[in-house]
Amino acid sequence: MAVIRDMMPAFELFQPTSVDEALDVLERHDNTWVLAGGLDSMDWFKDRIKRPDVVVELGSVSELSGIRVSGDGLEIGAMTSLRDVAASEEVRSRFGILAQAAAEVATPQIRNQGTLGGNLIQDTRCWYYRGGWPCYRAGGNICYAGTPRSMNREHAVTGQSRCVAVNGADTAGALVALGAQMMVRNPGGERVYEAEDFFIGPEIDIQRMTVLEPGDLLTHVRIPGDWAGARFYWEKVRDRKSWDWALASVAAAIVESNGTIERARIAVNGVAPTPVRLTDVEDLVQGMPANDDTGMAAGELATRGFKPLRHNDYKVPLARNLVRRAVRGDAA
Amino acid sequence: MSDAEITTETPTGHSRRTFIKGVIATGAVVSSSSHLFRARSLSASAAVRASMPRMISLDVNGVSRSVDVMPQETLAMTLRYKLGLTGTKLGCDRAECGACTVLVDGVSHYACSMLTNTVRDRSVTTIEGLESADGTLHPVQQAVIDEGGFQCAFCAPGFIMSMVALTNENPEPTREETAEALSGNLCRCGDYNKILNSAMRAAEYARRMV
Repeated sequence: MAVIRDMMPAFELFQPTSVDEALDVLERHDNTWVLAGGLDSMDWFKDRIKRPDVVVELGSVSELSGIRVSGDGLEIGAMTSLRDVAASEEVRSRFGILAQAAAEVATPQIRNQGTLGGNLIQDTRCWYYRGGWPCYRAGGNICYAGTPRSMNREHAVTGQSRCVAVNGADTAGALVALGAQMMVRNPGGERVYEAEDFFIGPEIDIQRMTVLEPGDLLTHVRIPGDWAGARFYWEKVRDRKSWDWALASVAAAIVESNGTIERARIAVNGVAPTPVRLTDVEDLVQGMPANDDTGMAAGELATRGFKPLRHNDYKVPLARNLVRRAVRGDAA
Repeated sequence: MSDAEITTETPTGHSRRTFIKGVIATGAVVSSSSHLFRARSLSASAAVRASMPRMISLDVNGVSRSVDVMPQETLAMTLRYKLGLTGTKLGCDRAECGACTVLVDGVSHYACSMLTNTVRDRSVTTIEGLESADGTLHPVQQAVIDEGGFQCAFCAPGFIMSMVALTNENPEPTREETAEALSGNLCRCGDYNKILNSAMRAAEYARRMV
């Protein structure tokens, strides 16, 4: 996309100080846009691809920031910066996989400004879509990344449905593995979604990445105590050591006793339009020893039925090996 | 000045250049021109109202500055084109290159990718704010000079602000930690080794000062 070095198109800016006020503004106006850290949004604005009339900036809503102990788990405000999530002693000591995932997002400046909620609901990075091409996801009737000659090295190997874009949120896989819940508010009240149901694929709605609809706000992420202190495994593979989205990542929480896996929760991301929870693999490894044989079997099962595109078949062995390492318990 | 005098001056006094200067000087004209060039018509009244600037007060380098800011204006735009603080560079304008890095409440941010209206109650530090009142350079600036850290140095202000953030947060960084802390800044000359040398020396200078 050409760099346009002038002002973004005008919009009206609201900076509410409470969730109620934010919801009220969203309800009263059309063509609204909710702005958190802004790192995903501003590319869209600068490129003139998304042109909201009303932007609701949530930086002043203090009830949306911060990490607090809730029951035996944690409740993290959607506007908490990735830096604060990664640095939080509570998160690091009990749910380390989330701290690791947050610490590997992009660059220090982006983690300082970017929020947990913004990371979770970021739009896909498919460059045809990002470049303003009128694809299915943008309301058109073609997927430019799915044609025989497309450049689709970074795209999905499973879960495709017309659209072949992947979810790029590093923290999403970690929260699925932790069994987190997403709390969503709109003027009608509050709804709670399991993390794995919060993300939706193109077969449900090709223009959205999550259940959020206009007027909805993701307010908090609730992490139950179920997996606190489990053996965690997080690995993100990317083209360079910093500042990049994952080609594939794995997030696993595994509880063992005497070398046997009692229960496990495993998610991979970067391979499908949503983070993928591997329930079959979880069932398979239950009661099995945490070793390489189990890991191999888990990796095979995890990638069964994957359908790579022209340029991304490498993602199949990549995901297989990530799951294998997670299950056998490599030092992360 | 009386009305008559203005009238006599107007026909000869307005070249394109003076008009543009006037545009820069007065946010109100910028705002009205911004909707002239919009694809949508004036009937999109909410958006047209939105382009009105608002006088806000910003704390930049310890000084309170009053400035007209539009809702969609980024901090990098305000610093460079309204406040004349051109040390903050615009490279990619996409939160990728780090040339626009400034500190907001002591923490590094990409000024190209935050709205100026979000820093109203916070303190902003740019490269111009690093040296002390008597002209003594910040230890990071001194270290960069002593190491000859940069070739073309377009990226230097951004790197230096990231180094300042690092030395504030971690007085004894390893070379690896330093590389991680500077991973949000790009140098197209490829001077990364010299830049890391500068950052390590900067941490040493900063420790000596404490």
